[in-house]
Amino acid sequence: MSVRLRVNPIACEAHGMCAELLPEWIELDDWGYPIVAGEPVPPELVEHARRAADACPTLALLLERSPAERDAAA
Amino acid sequence: MPEVTTTAEETTAGKLPRLLAGLRRGRPTTLDEHHEQLGSMPSTGSTGERSELLTEIERSGLRGRGGAGFPTAVKLRAVASGPRPRILVGNGSEGEPASRKDTLLMARAPHLVLDGATFAAELIGADEATVCVKESSKEAAASLLTAVQERADAGIEEVAVAVRVVSSDYVAGEESALVHQLNGGDAKPTFIPPRPFEAGVGQRPTLLQNVETLAHLALISRFGAAWFREVGTPDDPGSVLITVSGGVTRPGVYEIAAGTRLGDLIKAAGGPTDPLQAFLIGGYAGTWFDVEAALDVSLDHQTMRALGGTLGPGVVIALPQGACGVAETAAVAEYMAQASSGQCGPCVHGLAAIADALHDIASGHAAPGTHEWVARWADDVVGRGACHHPDGAARLVSSCLDVFGAEIDRHERRRPCVQPPGMRGLLPTPGAREPAAVS
Repeated sequence: MSVRLRVNPIACEAHGMCAELLPEWIELDDWGYPIVAGEPVPPELVEHARRAADACPTLALLLERSPAERDAAA
Repeated sequence: MPEVTTTAEETTAGKLPRLLAGLRRGRPTTLDEHHEQLGSMPSTGSTGERSELLTEIERSGLRGRGGAGFPTAVKLRAVASGPRPRILVGNGSEGEPASRKDTLLMARAPHLVLDGATFAAELIGADEATVCVKESSKEAAASLLTAVQERADAGIEEVAVAVRVVSSDYVAGEESALVHQLNGGDAKPTFIPPRPFEAGVGQRPTLLQNVETLAHLALISRFGAAWFREVGTPDDPGSVLITVSGGVTRPGVYEIAAGTRLGDLIKAAGGPTDPLQAFLIGGYAGTWFDVEAALDVSLDHQTMRALGGTLGPGVVIALPQGACGVAETAAVAEYMAQASSGQCGPCVHGLAAIADALHDIASGHAAPGTHEWVARWADDVVGRGACHHPDGAARLVSSCLDVFGAEIDRHERRRPCVQPPGMRGLLPTPGAREPAAVS
């Protein structure tokens, strides 16, 4: 089973903790908001991803198990 | 904008118009006139018959006319399989400033929209239906309310339809924003999932359909899938309403077969008023096309997607050679930045930065290479909002950089726009800083 990281952009307040903890997978834009790779997180990074999600002060970083829902009924 | 609609002679073999057939000038079609023209709606009957009707809609291949072009039957089935009670919402909020086809349809053919709303409600087993109209479309709301009363007076037995006036803001019509508003919140998108078909209005399974989509359903219920497919493309069958504006002789709402050449639509709109340089197709979340490339483009979802664009809610704007595509895009970018619901950082900061930089470029104040920043920011914001608002704005801006490269180059060498007043502010930006008067 693959896991992906997803940001709740409404909750995110650009604290930037996630990019500190998981620079391999998360970079910050010019305003400090995370740009997260959408692909499944490689197994060796999953534990780090979990730590990054736990560390987010606004709980905006989500570790999701199933493939993220695509634009099913947009 | 003068109201113009196609006549049968102007379109394919007398098969069109469908939705706009028999519209009265300056007033809505009455219930009697509507029934005389189309007959009354067939009954949706038993559960078995409803299942057959769903299959018929699937066969019709109807795609949603609100912008995304999603297959209508898939949405119907998703809600119909959810727990009861279920809700139908007709979306007539038409936030796209250059679109007026939904407002026209509701104002002049309210019974077609209501037929579609009650039909869709019965198909999915909804006991409640609401049609949403934006605040600024007072005529449409009045027509719908009168039509609802006419149907009640005539004793038509059907799901009761409520008419709700909703925010006119650009993002207010986005599905999750509309649901949030109907639930008593402000008209702002929410973080999904859940999607409306899972937990929408009152946390109930909710089907949202654009009002033009509902009107097509009203006709498919009467004439069937094979009839519907007589015009259009295999992937995008039927007719579609397009609002044409800008440098054409007869701007207005046109009903065309999906897949019609843009050049043919422009001809139907009386041709250009001035030599043209570009077209904006798909509205403010759409894309610019160079005039030469655009005239042969087929107006259907498949073609537009393949070209990296979108048909959106059916908006075409013709840009005359005398206008500046960069200045027009800067104004729209600013409008889109202001239209952001302000909830997501990348949208708030990214769109504002893009709009500022484009204004600087258009006014001749930007350093060479500024457009490269705009390109990067436009790439960066895609997919990073709770809704698709930043994606749409970014698509428009990226296409501006592609199509108006020579213009941008000139502006970045400190040459501002020199357009006469009549060639500025061609793209409407309601509520934004007023541009110079339009002739």
